[in-house]
Amino acid sequence: MTNNLEKLPKDSFERITIDSSHAEKISKPSLNFWQDSWLRIRKNKAAIVSIFILLFIVFMAFAGPYMNEHDPQDVKVTHANLPPKIPGLEKLGIFDGVGKLGSKTVNLYELKKIDTYYWFGTDSLGRDLFSRLWKGTQISLIIAFVAAVIDVVIGVIYGGISGYYGGRTDDIMQRIVEVLIGIPTLVIVILMLMVMDPGIWAIIIAISITGWIGMSRIVRGQVLKYKTQEFVMAAKTLGASDKRIISKHILPNIMAIIIINMMFTIPTAIFFEAFLSFIGLGLQAPEASLGTLINDGYKFIQYQPFMLFFPAFVLSLLMIAFNLVGDGLRDALDPKMKD
Amino acid sequence: MAKYVTKRVIYMFLSLFLIASFTFVLMKMLPGSPLASAAKLSVEQREVVYEKYGLNDPIPVQYIRYMGNLAKGDFGVSFQYKSADVTTLIVKKLKYSAILGTQAIVFGTIIGIVLGMIAALKQNTVWDYGSTIIAILGISIPSFVFAVLLQYVFAVKLEWLPVGLWEGWKSSILPSIALAMGPIAIAARFIRTEMIEVLSSDYILLAKAKGANWFEIAFKHAFRNALIPLVTVLGPVAAGLLTGSLVVEQIFAVPGIGEQFVKSIATNDFAIIMGTTMFFSVFLIVIILIVDILYGVIDPRIRLSGGSK
Repeated sequence: MTNNLEKLPKDSFERITIDSSHAEKISKPSLNFWQDSWLRIRKNKAAIVSIFILLFIVFMAFAGPYMNEHDPQDVKVTHANLPPKIPGLEKLGIFDGVGKLGSKTVNLYELKKIDTYYWFGTDSLGRDLFSRLWKGTQISLIIAFVAAVIDVVIGVIYGGISGYYGGRTDDIMQRIVEVLIGIPTLVIVILMLMVMDPGIWAIIIAISITGWIGMSRIVRGQVLKYKTQEFVMAAKTLGASDKRIISKHILPNIMAIIIINMMFTIPTAIFFEAFLSFIGLGLQAPEASLGTLINDGYKFIQYQPFMLFFPAFVLSLLMIAFNLVGDGLRDALDPKMKD
Repeated sequence: MAKYVTKRVIYMFLSLFLIASFTFVLMKMLPGSPLASAAKLSVEQREVVYEKYGLNDPIPVQYIRYMGNLAKGDFGVSFQYKSADVTTLIVKKLKYSAILGTQAIVFGTIIGIVLGMIAALKQNTVWDYGSTIIAILGISIPSFVFAVLLQYVFAVKLEWLPVGLWEGWKSSILPSIALAMGPIAIAARFIRTEMIEVLSSDYILLAKAKGANWFEIAFKHAFRNALIPLVTVLGPVAAGLLTGSLVVEQIFAVPGIGEQFVKSIATNDFAIIMGTTMFFSVFLIVIILIVDILYGVIDPRIRLSGGSK
């Protein structure tokens, strides 16, 4: 070996020198936290597909009610209980307006001489189920989103104060939380709804009355972790006010965890709304939400299973998509929390 | 340990006290009368009935009496069912809910553990993805949607099982399966993560190096250690079952506590609502307490210090 090396011609080697000015050069573009997370979540196919599904559902929730000429709350008794009929697909023998009348199978549209299309059929009052489905999805999404935002706001303020000021304040605030956390959400939500006038706000308040506790505990833990770190101490030494330290130094660091938790709060709120409406404590007619639509559909399951199928499908899809996006975000935003 | 348990028990009673008071206040604020068709009664008749149930006393007196009775385990008398006392009513209905709940938890956990183990042992294969999909569906899809689908397919269309009501064990199959979806999903997810973690630990490597066979590693070494922390998910599972039971019992017309609770809401039966609320709360709080204590006992690495951490 050594002999061979010695025999190599000198001119095949070239002396290179290290240019010290390149030592500090960064070959890859510097990515901030969010760009980095985006790179990670992009690899998660389930999460990406879910994001598109969510975007589609949100788009439909706001545009869907205006896509045909029927109003979600228009009652037309002569058009009651019609099966779905979709132009184009009707020629394939599906969604062609054929339904049961007693024990016979007939085309109800021809029978009743109706020449418009109800894409997803109508309910017992002749309301267009396509418009109602998306209107209901819209209401469910609004309820869930507002409830989640309220949870986050109260949770961050409560947990932030408790964690940042510590000492006696923290002690008292945590004792209160420990008592509150024992109260089962379900029970309180149901009791609250019995007292309040039914409506969107009643549901939002009922859901968020205990919802913020989980968030406040997480925020408190995070604040405790960050407030003793050097960069916060440095800011303090330089004379930054508490407000500035919290908003500029601590909050940006715990933003990721807050967002992750919000992604799990939203499906929980959607579920609770649907659940409450299903047991009859939710929105009242003529308002629609996914829960009330499922409840209506359930009553007619024997005769018109599609009335239940569409809202149940959208609800399930929404829950699955939110959970998958939440999982994906958790893995992407906080690699340490990855299972 | 003793200090921790005492502290937790004190908090438990504080929580229960708060729930009881809150329930009482809310019931007093409720619109409507608990008497079915109160409008038909004359003022005098109503007075007599109100006097009988102590509804005419000043509210603080009612409150103290209510709390005193609660402490003795007496939830009062139902307004709707001819003077049935709520405690007996709950005990009577408890049987059905307990059967459903137990079946759902046993069945759900076993299936969940099997799914989770398959997923962990055959990581990143079709098996793994299949069981992950089942877990995601179980967590995401509400139990009442499952219940309705099961009822429609197996009872209405195929007519294999009864549609509803309680006619022996057969009636419990569908509602139990509907309730079990949550536990299946939670257990499967949990066992998968735990197993993967355990399988990558040093003592498994040692067992492999010593030539232990696959079966021995999976069951004797990994599974037992992965199983311990499963106790912790019992709290959320119980809460989920309770929520689910309210609707699932209603869908299948099972005469359990959940169905009774929903029915009482519609009829404004204060006594039953307060009674079941307290029952549910005690049930959940006690389960969570037991789980927390058990976890400390099983896994000595968890330090149950009395501090705020």
